[in-house]
Amino acid sequence: MSDFTEEPVDVRGTTLSVQQAGAGEPLLFLHGAGGRNWTALHKKLAESYRVIAPEHPGFGRSQIPEWMLSMADLSLFYLDFIERLGLEGVHLAGHSLGGWLTAEIATRNTSRLKTVSLLAPAGVAAPEEPFGDIFLWTPEQATRAQFFDQSLAEKRLAVAPDLDLLLQNKAATARLAWNPRLANPQLPYWLHRIDKPTLVLWGRQDRIVPFACQPHWLKGLPHAQAATLDECGHAIHNEKPDAAAERMTSFIKGAKA
Amino acid sequence: MKLFFFHLMPYADLDLSYADAYDTAWVTLPNSYFDPAKGKAAYDRYIGELELADQLGFDGICVNEHHQTAYGLMPAPNLIAAALTRTTKNAKIAILGRALPLVNNPVNIAEEFAMLDQMSGGRIITGFVRGIGSEYYAAGVNPTLSHERYYEAHDLILQAWTREGPFKFHGRHYNFDYVNLWPRPVQQPHPPVWVPSQGSRETIEWCAAKERRYTYLQTFSPLPLAQKNFDAYREVAANDGYEAQPSQLGWAVPTYVAETDEIARRELKPHIEAFFNRFLRFPIEMRMPPGYSSVASAKHLIETKFALRSTDQTIDTLSDLGMVMYGSPRTVRDKFLHHQKTMGFGNLIAMMQIATQPAEQTEKSLRLFASEVAPHLRDVSQTAHAAQ
Repeated sequence: MSDFTEEPVDVRGTTLSVQQAGAGEPLLFLHGAGGRNWTALHKKLAESYRVIAPEHPGFGRSQIPEWMLSMADLSLFYLDFIERLGLEGVHLAGHSLGGWLTAEIATRNTSRLKTVSLLAPAGVAAPEEPFGDIFLWTPEQATRAQFFDQSLAEKRLAVAPDLDLLLQNKAATARLAWNPRLANPQLPYWLHRIDKPTLVLWGRQDRIVPFACQPHWLKGLPHAQAATLDECGHAIHNEKPDAAAERMTSFIKGAKA
Repeated sequence: MKLFFFHLMPYADLDLSYADAYDTAWVTLPNSYFDPAKGKAAYDRYIGELELADQLGFDGICVNEHHQTAYGLMPAPNLIAAALTRTTKNAKIAILGRALPLVNNPVNIAEEFAMLDQMSGGRIITGFVRGIGSEYYAAGVNPTLSHERYYEAHDLILQAWTREGPFKFHGRHYNFDYVNLWPRPVQQPHPPVWVPSQGSRETIEWCAAKERRYTYLQTFSPLPLAQKNFDAYREVAANDGYEAQPSQLGWAVPTYVAETDEIARRELKPHIEAFFNRFLRFPIEMRMPPGYSSVASAKHLIETKFALRSTDQTIDTLSDLGMVMYGSPRTVRDKFLHHQKTMGFGNLIAMMQIATQPAEQTEKSLRLFASEVAPHLRDVSQTAHAAQ
C-alpha cells in the first residue's frame, strides 16, 4: 500500500500529476531535474505537514502547454497552482531545479507563503565553481555525482532506468534551463523580495550544484539561515533524508515562534 | 547523374591517440591538439582540392559547417565558398549547409547566401540543416527548440529572398521590423535549397511536400537506410500528387578510387577507419542533447548505438554497410551504377578527402574518378526510379 495519494490536478487547462500525504500546514515540495519521486524525505515531512508534490509541466505524466518556455512562465504557473488548490500559509520547498523555481516564485509573490526552503538550489551560479554538466554526463557519471556515499550510487545504478522517463525529464529540464545553464543571472538582484524566513540547505560535497553557491544566496536573501549537511552530495532527499527533515522542521518551527 | 566533390576539411594532423585521454573529437577535445602553424597549409591544400575538382569537370563542389571539432575546420563555410567564387569557373558551389537554428539572426544567412549567389554568378546551392547534436553544446542554443527554430528561420530566409522589402517578420524566435535584402540573389525566385540529413520521417515529409520539393541528401548512412528514405521521399511525393525526380535525391558517401581494388583497400583503410572511429566519435549524450529529437528516436539511437560504440568499425564492416565506396575505377563505377539503379538518386556527393588522407592520394583518387568513372555515370538515366 502506498503512503501517499496521487491524482491529476487541472490548472487553467494544464493537467499535473500531484502526490500528497499527511495533514496540517501545507508544504509544497518542488522536485529537481531528475523528476518527481516520493522519497524518504517526503515521507518524513508528511509526519508533520500536508506534503504536496506536483510533477512539473513537461515531466513524467504532467502536460506542458506549448507556449511555456521558461522558469519565469513556470513560476507564475505555480502561483496559479497555489491559488487553484486554495492554499494559504504555504511552506514552499524545492530541491535543485525545484529550489531555483522556489526562489523564482517567492521573488514574485510571497503573500500565500509562510516559509521558503531552498535545498541545493540551482539558479544562482558561483563563478568560481561551475555546475556539473548534467546534460553531457553519462547516466553513470550523473548518478555518481548525486551522492557522497558511492555505495548509494551503486545501488541506484544496479537498477535499469526507465529510459523514456529519463529522456523526457532531461528534455523538460533543457527546455527550461539550457541557456543560461541552470541559472538566471538576474535572480540575485531580486532575492531581496523574498520577505519570508528562508532556509538555504546544502550538502557539503555537492558535485552538481556546488556548496560554493550557498554564500551567493545568503548575500542576497534578507531573512535567510544557512544549514549544511556533512558527508552529503546533491541528492539531499535520498542521501540524508532524516537530517534534512530535522533541519527543515526545526527551521519551520523556529520561523513560527 | 550530377557528380559533386564534398570536402569536410578535417584536421588531418590530429594525433589519433587523443582517444586514450578523451572520448570525442568534438567540443570537449582541447584545442591544444590543433597546431596553429599547420592551419594555413591545410586550407591551401583543401581549397586547392576543391578547385581541382572544378577543373576536372565535377558538376559541383561542396563545403559544410561544423563547430569546435577536428572533424571539420569550416565553422564558417561561406568564407570558403566566397574564396571559391573567385577561383572556380563552372562547378556549382554547394554549402551543405548552414545550421539555421544556431544563429539568432537568420537574415544574415539570407544575406550571405545572396552575396555568394551574386559573386558566383548564380552558381550556389544552399543547404539548410539543424546542425548535429554537439553543435548545441558549442552554440549554447536550446536543443529542445531546434526544430521550431529551423522551420521559423527557413520561413524567414525564404521570405527575405522572395518578398519585396521592407517587410515585418514576427515569429516565436525571430522578430524583425525591417527585412529588406540587399543584394537579392541572382537565381530567381531563389537559389536551390538542399537538405542534408540522416533522415527522420518528419524531415523527409517536409522536404518532399509539393510546395517545397527540396533536394534531400542522405548523409553517411548504411545503404538500407538511404534506400528506405529515398523510397519514403518518392512515396510522399506520390501522395502529394507528383512524381519525385532523381534530381530531388542525393547520396553522400566517402569514396576512394585507386589503380586496383587491392591498392585502394590498402591505402584507404587507415583513413576511413580513422574517420569513423576517431573523427566521427562522440558519446551519445553529445550526439543527442536533450530534446534534439523525440524521445522515441533518441531511445532508438541509444539502443542501437550502444552496440556500435563498444567496437570500432573496420573498412570491411563499413563496406558491408555501404558506408564507403572504394576500389579500381571499374569497381567504383559498377558500384555506383548499381546503387543508382536501385536507389534512384540523381546527385552523387562523393567525399573524396577522408580524415587523415594525404594530398597525393586525394588527388590521385579525384583524377581517376574524373577520367575513368565520371564519364560512365554522367549519362545515367535521370528518369525517376519506380518506388519499391
